Amino acid sequence: MSEANASIVEMRGIVKSFPGVLANAGIDFDLLPGEIHALLGENGAGKTTLMNILYGLYPPDAGEMRFLGERLVLHSAADAIARGLGMVHQHFMLVKPFTVAENIVLGQQSPREPLMESPPIVHKRLEALSQQYGLAIDPAAEVWTLSVGEQQRVEILKALYRGARVLILDEPTAVLTPQEVRGLLDILRRLVDEGKSIVFISHKLNEVLAASTRITVLRDGKVIGTVPTSQTNEQDLARMMVGREVILRVSKGPAHPETPRLVIQDLHVSDDRGLPSLRGVNLEVRTGEILGIAGVAGNGQTELEEAVAGLRRPTKGRITLSGQDTTHSGPHAVSTAGLAHIPSDRYGMGMLRDFSIAENLVLQRVGERPFTRRGWLDEAAIRHNARELVSAYDVRTPSVETLAGTLSGGNAQKMILARELDRHPKVLLAAQPTRGLDVSAIEFVHRKLVEQRDAGMAILLISTELDEILALSDRIAVMYEGQIMGVVDAQSADVNALGLMMAGSTTARTENQAAPEGV
Amino acid sequence: MTVATTEANALPRAHWAKWVVTLGAPLVGVIVGLAIGALLILLAGRDPIAAYGVMWQGALGGPRQIEETLLKTTPLLLMGLGLTAAFRARVWNIGGEGQYFMGALLGGIVALSFPHWPRPLLVTAMLAAGIVGGVLWALIPGWLKVRRGMNEIISTLMLNYIAILLMQYVARGPLQEPGGFLPQSAQFPDAATLPVLGSTRIHLGVFLAVACVPIVYTLLWSTPLGFRLRAVGMRASVARYAGISVNTIILFALAFSGALAGLAGIIEVSTLYTRLSGNISGGYGFSGILVALLGRMHPLGVTVASVFFAALVIGAQSMKVVYGLPDSLASAIQAVVVLSVLAADALAHRR
Repeated sequence: MSEANASIVEMRGIVKSFPGVLANAGIDFDLLPGEIHALLGENGAGKTTLMNILYGLYPPDAGEMRFLGERLVLHSAADAIARGLGMVHQHFMLVKPFTVAENIVLGQQSPREPLMESPPIVHKRLEALSQQYGLAIDPAAEVWTLSVGEQQRVEILKALYRGARVLILDEPTAVLTPQEVRGLLDILRRLVDEGKSIVFISHKLNEVLAASTRITVLRDGKVIGTVPTSQTNEQDLARMMVGREVILRVSKGPAHPETPRLVIQDLHVSDDRGLPSLRGVNLEVRTGEILGIAGVAGNGQTELEEAVAGLRRPTKGRITLSGQDTTHSGPHAVSTAGLAHIPSDRYGMGMLRDFSIAENLVLQRVGERPFTRRGWLDEAAIRHNARELVSAYDVRTPSVETLAGTLSGGNAQKMILARELDRHPKVLLAAQPTRGLDVSAIEFVHRKLVEQRDAGMAILLISTELDEILALSDRIAVMYEGQIMGVVDAQSADVNALGLMMAGSTTARTENQAAPEGV
Repeated sequence: MTVATTEANALPRAHWAKWVVTLGAPLVGVIVGLAIGALLILLAGRDPIAAYGVMWQGALGGPRQIEETLLKTTPLLLMGLGLTAAFRARVWNIGGEGQYFMGALLGGIVALSFPHWPRPLLVTAMLAAGIVGGVLWALIPGWLKVRRGMNEIISTLMLNYIAILLMQYVARGPLQEPGGFLPQSAQFPDAATLPVLGSTRIHLGVFLAVACVPIVYTLLWSTPLGFRLRAVGMRASVARYAGISVNTIILFALAFSGALAGLAGIIEVSTLYTRLSGNISGGYGFSGILVALLGRMHPLGVTVASVFFAALVIGAQSMKVVYGLPDSLASAIQAVVVLSVLAADALAHRR
């Protein structure tokens, strides 16, 4: 390769395997100075593994890396930082009660050990850096007071402070509102103008197209291709990512909503710390429609989900399910009243990893006939039920006796879907139903949801993926700080207006049905 | 799907390897433990081969010795089985000792109060009272946990001391043998003696303990209650989501382990001591925890572990009594063997 000499980072034939998985099967990758190079692929394609290797978190089994033409052997992240590599992880590595400046010097050798580096000096240097790269941040602010977007800037600043010339961003947009995403992209362009090089890990096609200059697509641990962004499009990238034609948007006809099935009135709920989390939510989901709840993570979605499912007791308000008051019912009563629930926390709620698939499929109904007869478990009936559901929902597994924890995310979600829908519910609560799934599994889940809607189910869809909300919903409610900022018709929804509402703006409200106390 | 087929092929081999590890690791542990023990015996200037010969003889060398080991096994097995159910629900009942004492106390009160009842009635009532004593004592931490959110490890542990002290008080106070000077109750009436097998000392309690093995197994794996109990233990948040009443399961787990601990208490006190005193346990509440963990919380594993533990205790005793090894050394060997079995087991299952 002719440009090899010019690359800032060069990775050749990188192989990395974990027990049972070949995460990287001989990957070549190079990063040119001043480019934003997107690393695109599904979950499990090997993107993060490759970048963790570059960041020194683990050594490759085979292959070689060069940094500015010199051979690069890393023993730890500290080595990588010393060489000028910086990484911003998907989950921020920040100490919340510490200030921005404290977080940035954390883990760094102070020039005057054992004392901390003098805060005024740190502050001054941080301000200079912020100015240079357009990262407005107050060094004295405590991290917990910052928004998620600001925290991400702190992470970037931290890498820059440590002299990073190459920045690796792992799924940086997952937690941001559309506006914040735009802000991030501006920052990235500014960084590149100032001579930094950036690797941008993502599985979202539109962002990759908007942000990058070149794109490398990974699949099953191999490079499928590297293309300049200007010469590709969504459909081509999707095909490279998945290996076949994919339907990017589920096709669905118009909704035929009828009677209200799930009615939520003036709902107030507290979070685990006892602080108000939902503050007067009003919603109505009708049969045959999907009501999508859009919003940035942490604005009360979890509490709404748990309150509806009977897992969290509301402090005020009323929830009615098919005319039955379930405000203070437990999960068993709520499910008997006709609610199926695809939980956002797949492993903390939806399934037991150490139980077999067959056992997981009867989690709620184990005590009922035919699974229990005269007080004894009927294992044959349990297995029979499992075999039917596994084939009906295309769960890929060697047997129904296999532990559920060995299933891939997509297959695990299909299993949960099978169990929930098989109970013939009247209302479906689907929370983050495709989080962490690959494109084909997302397709499957979306198709099932639309199918259920068409069959007359009332579906409450909670998702922090705006694309998903837009693709599936018939109406969209935007949630911000525990309140519904507005409910709009999905047909006429405008992404900009939704984004503003997700950030708490009230001016963009369309059909104001909530917030009786004002904001 | 390639992934599916490779997994299917890998399964039988993984099963086979799992069994080798499960059975092999403790064996390796025993050998390592005995080797370390041999070093200790050598350091004391004695002959390890001879000492271990005596140990083997003492624990399993003949019918009388085996009988002795089985009797020692009984309370350990009962404790271990009860705790297996509790631990499977991730309820950490450390209060077996206290529940054992309360079982002995309540059962003992029944035995002492109705000396003229016919034997079948008195024995049944006494054993039932033992179970009730253990259950009630276990439900106190259960109530504290479910209603007040109190950690059961602390409350069950603390209740041990209260139960032991209560027994000591009762044995020198209200229930002290009339006219006696020792802090102990009167002797239980003859009608309170458990029936034995032929001319052996193998009593009803041994059979009850053995009968509990299939009972616990069926409970855990063949009933919806056991299914829910295991679900709560795997992950309580998932169980709650699935509509299982986690609190009911916690109470049941405590009550069940308390019942078996109480039964162990009354069996032991009515067969071995035949009177109440503050001194009626070989620390079974604690060694029962070891037995449950060593048996990997499986009824069959617990059976093996309790026999092993009992044999070790009896064997160490005869090394002391017959071979004249110092008391401390005999106990040290016993501890070293248990530790190395636990260590080997932990190492084998670490991944």
